[in-house]
Amino acid sequence: MSLTLFLIQCLNGLQYGTLLFLIAAGLTLVFGVMGFINLAHGVQYMVGAYLVFAFQQLTGSFVAAVILSMAAALLLGLLLEHFVFRHLYGRDHLAQVLATFGIIIFLNELAKILFGPGTLTIEPPEFLAGSVQLTEQLRYPVYRFVTILAGLIVAVLLYITVTRTRVGMLIRAGATTPDMVSALGINVQKLFMIVFGVGAMLAGFAGVIAAPIFAIEPGMGDNILIIAFVVIIIGGVGSIRGAFLGALMVGLFDTVGRTLLIEGLEVVFPPSVSNQVGPALASMLVYILMAAVLVVRPQGLLPAKGAA
Amino acid sequence: MKARSKNTIANLATVLALNTALCSAALAEDIKIGMVVTLSGPPAALGQQIVDGFQLALDQNGGKLGGETVSLIVEDDELKPDVALLKAKSLVERDEVDFVVGTVFSNTLQAIFKPVIQSDTFLISPNAGPSTFAGKNCNPNFFVTSYQNNQNAEVSGLIANEMGFENVVIVVPNYQAGRDNVAGYKQTFKGTVVDEVFTPLGHQDFSSELAKISTSDADALFTFMPGGMGVRLVKQFEASGLDESIKFTSVFTTDETTLPGQQDAAVGFLSAGSWAPDMKTEANLAFVSAFEETYGYVPGSFAAQSYDTANLIASALEKTGGDMGDKDAMRAALEAADFNSVRGSFSFSNNHYPVQDFHLLEVAKREDGKFWTTAKKTIVTDYADSFHSECKM
Amino acid sequence: MMRVDRSFLVMALIFALLLAAPFVLPLVEQTYLLSLLIKAMLLAIAAISLDLLVGHGGMVSLGHAAFVAIGAYAAAIGLESGIENILALLVLAVLVSGLFALVTGALALRTSGVYFLMITLAFGQMAYFTLTSLAPYGGDDGLTLWSMATLFGSDVVQNGGQLYLVILLTLLASWWGVHRLSNARFGRVLRAARDNPGRTEIMGFSIFRYRLTAYVIAGMIAAVSGLLTMQHAEFVSPAMAAWQRSGDLLVIVVLGGLGTRNGALLGALFLVLVEEVLGSIFHEWRLLYGPLLVLMALHAKGGLSDLLFPAHGPETTDATRANGEQI
Repeated sequence: MSLTLFLIQCLNGLQYGTLLFLIAAGLTLVFGVMGFINLAHGVQYMVGAYLVFAFQQLTGSFVAAVILSMAAALLLGLLLEHFVFRHLYGRDHLAQVLATFGIIIFLNELAKILFGPGTLTIEPPEFLAGSVQLTEQLRYPVYRFVTILAGLIVAVLLYITVTRTRVGMLIRAGATTPDMVSALGINVQKLFMIVFGVGAMLAGFAGVIAAPIFAIEPGMGDNILIIAFVVIIIGGVGSIRGAFLGALMVGLFDTVGRTLLIEGLEVVFPPSVSNQVGPALASMLVYILMAAVLVVRPQGLLPAKGAA
Repeated sequence: MKARSKNTIANLATVLALNTALCSAALAEDIKIGMVVTLSGPPAALGQQIVDGFQLALDQNGGKLGGETVSLIVEDDELKPDVALLKAKSLVERDEVDFVVGTVFSNTLQAIFKPVIQSDTFLISPNAGPSTFAGKNCNPNFFVTSYQNNQNAEVSGLIANEMGFENVVIVVPNYQAGRDNVAGYKQTFKGTVVDEVFTPLGHQDFSSELAKISTSDADALFTFMPGGMGVRLVKQFEASGLDESIKFTSVFTTDETTLPGQQDAAVGFLSAGSWAPDMKTEANLAFVSAFEETYGYVPGSFAAQSYDTANLIASALEKTGGDMGDKDAMRAALEAADFNSVRGSFSFSNNHYPVQDFHLLEVAKREDGKFWTTAKKTIVTDYADSFHSECKM
Repeated sequence: MMRVDRSFLVMALIFALLLAAPFVLPLVEQTYLLSLLIKAMLLAIAAISLDLLVGHGGMVSLGHAAFVAIGAYAAAIGLESGIENILALLVLAVLVSGLFALVTGALALRTSGVYFLMITLAFGQMAYFTLTSLAPYGGDDGLTLWSMATLFGSDVVQNGGQLYLVILLTLLASWWGVHRLSNARFGRVLRAARDNPGRTEIMGFSIFRYRLTAYVIAGMIAAVSGLLTMQHAEFVSPAMAAWQRSGDLLVIVVLGGLGTRNGALLGALFLVLVEEVLGSIFHEWRLLYGPLLVLMALHAKGGLSDLLFPAHGPETTDATRANGEQI
């Protein structure tokens, strides 16, 4: 692999990683603070993408569509929290899995009925439509740089919120010793609602950001949900820093690692073998990474909870 | 839509076991056709085209094919082999259909093949054409009205030779149909394949693949990315500016199912196929205008093949007078393929896969703002697949 | 002491109905329903084995479908290589799947809780991608089997023979086996380890060894389901190992009622029948099915077996607790 290709792949990995972070951040907060397994997080990402599509059709403005979609994503999150999730906090993980699985099935089908089964696309706004000439042949859309930037900004904001503010302190306390927080008379119900709303909005934001790059289709959140889980498990549940590290690792592994692995196999094995084994092994890479991390550090790389 | 409601009523009746005997007596003289296609998930658009194409042929003849009243039962295989199997079994065992039409994808066809064939029911595939059943496993009761999977790629290789491409990068999803396309392309392409890239099925971000293409010194890309993958690849390919230096050639990537998503990004992109909606045969003009009027969208090859399938069955029913008792006569009538195909010349090879013309197709924008593929040039005529000699029929 | 409670009567009733089905259904021209029942029974066998892990062991696995698929593929590849006796294929499927369970279980059991769920998912995905790369056996498209396994040359274990009854008997055997196992000391230790691992360890039980044994046994039973699935479908495909399949099994176990005697079976029957009935009423049936799952999660805490037969639910839990205390 030439140096140019390597650098471009690193850039791609970074971009994929920041997008994964946006999804994983909400998931890890909800999971860490409330101990709640929210399988519907991926479908909230899909909802964000459909919302920005619908609002752009209505308003004709991308910026207005982004703002409206985030508000709607927040609203949907709060509604779900009020009607479903609130009643499941004290229950075992499997009841949560069952309920959120039901929500996935419902929203995927609803999206299909409202928008059709086909793939929809949306253009990035005019002022972000340009591109940067990376090599003689290859251009890199400005919009992709913006997604990296947005991911980094959200990461910094979240980190500051969690480490420097009162809500952040409660979140950290909630992730470590939930009983103690409620014993101290903190309104845990309200805290949970805030965390959940923010989580839903982050997932929706990720969907909004991703919509112009990837296409919009029913079920688009299902596979990315699994990868987001991989990210937070590698990073350590409940930890924003962990989610960031995990997202970048998975992003880079999946782009740079994939290319390196296949080129490596081509050197060692004849094409007939490497063509057969390479792609299958490349698809397994992130899972192998996760299994390896778990075997060595069963609590993830940067767990939020201490030794206790 | 009509088919669906019929399906619903038929199912409801059986499930609730209401007057089962009465129902079957009343329907005894109808010809029953069961359809197994993918109607959920992202590929649902393909299945829907097949249902619509077939239904159009039925509606045009007042619910009859070849003079016989037809009841159509549509089942969704959900793109899961085990679901497809169960649905196919229900069609042959519960509904006792005379024909099974299906499927969209090769893996679900593999799943339903044995139970349908063993129940001595005719199986007609309106799209999937795997090599598995084209060679030594060919079967007297199995027909394919679309193509053999490798053929479009073989023709793409011929197109590449004709256009003078020397270095080509191939990008396909990592599954059997992807591999079939690579094999087909390499069989006819005379230049160098500089790189073969296999992506996961349902791939989202092609930026890594595009980077590889840009450093490969290729003058053309050949790809097979059906559905949403194709939409993403085309949009991202265009956004990366690679379309200025590298020719985009493909099969099932820029067709009427993906063009509504790709829009302007795909205009001018090339592909290979046996049919395009702008083909000027009389049957085709009538089909396309009727289809657009009824369903409000431009039909793709899936709808065209399905429409042909209905007319093939109609021709056979007409010849045999609707007698399903004599399987040999019915088989001979199907083999004759005595119908007016929207694709022009159409006949069956000894393995019951089609012999037909293949063309160079190009994406264009119509005056009404919709997008479609246009047939630019005929590349091969009366082209049979490369497995038929292994078939002992 | 064995107590005869209502769950046994329910079980007996379900088995009686399943036994009667192949004799009654052809009379009313509903043989198609037999295929549905077979599907439900095959799912139930796999779900029963998963319940041993989830319900009794507290080990929530999201990779269980991999064992079903590995069992099916081991048998299919054996069949393609000329082994025709179903008993030989059974041994093959169970050994391969058991070995996979032993290796992955030893690694996965270093973790617990949701980490265990994710690492089993990872191993399941590895199995899935490995199967898709088996080009000689159809790769992603799967493999149609042209000749099926026999029992010493007899077709009794084929679709044309008495496969339905063979599957029913296997289901009964798995149910009975897991039931006995969970009532024996083995099951009590598993539950004690689930409820209070520290204390169980102090009492001198190696939690790891008990859990690993349960994991391997569950993998082996799932492989039997895989072998019979192959024999019924006459087809195998990597889709059998997809994580969504593992999710389905988990849904069945939770829907039915965790760690209850009949939960897995009730869940499997419910899932298959609801899909069929809703699906036949209208095409967008998932719009109803999704909220139904949410309602079940919110309101039916003990799962179906508790919802249908409320009397026995708490009893079993009490009995479970009591057993746990006895150790």
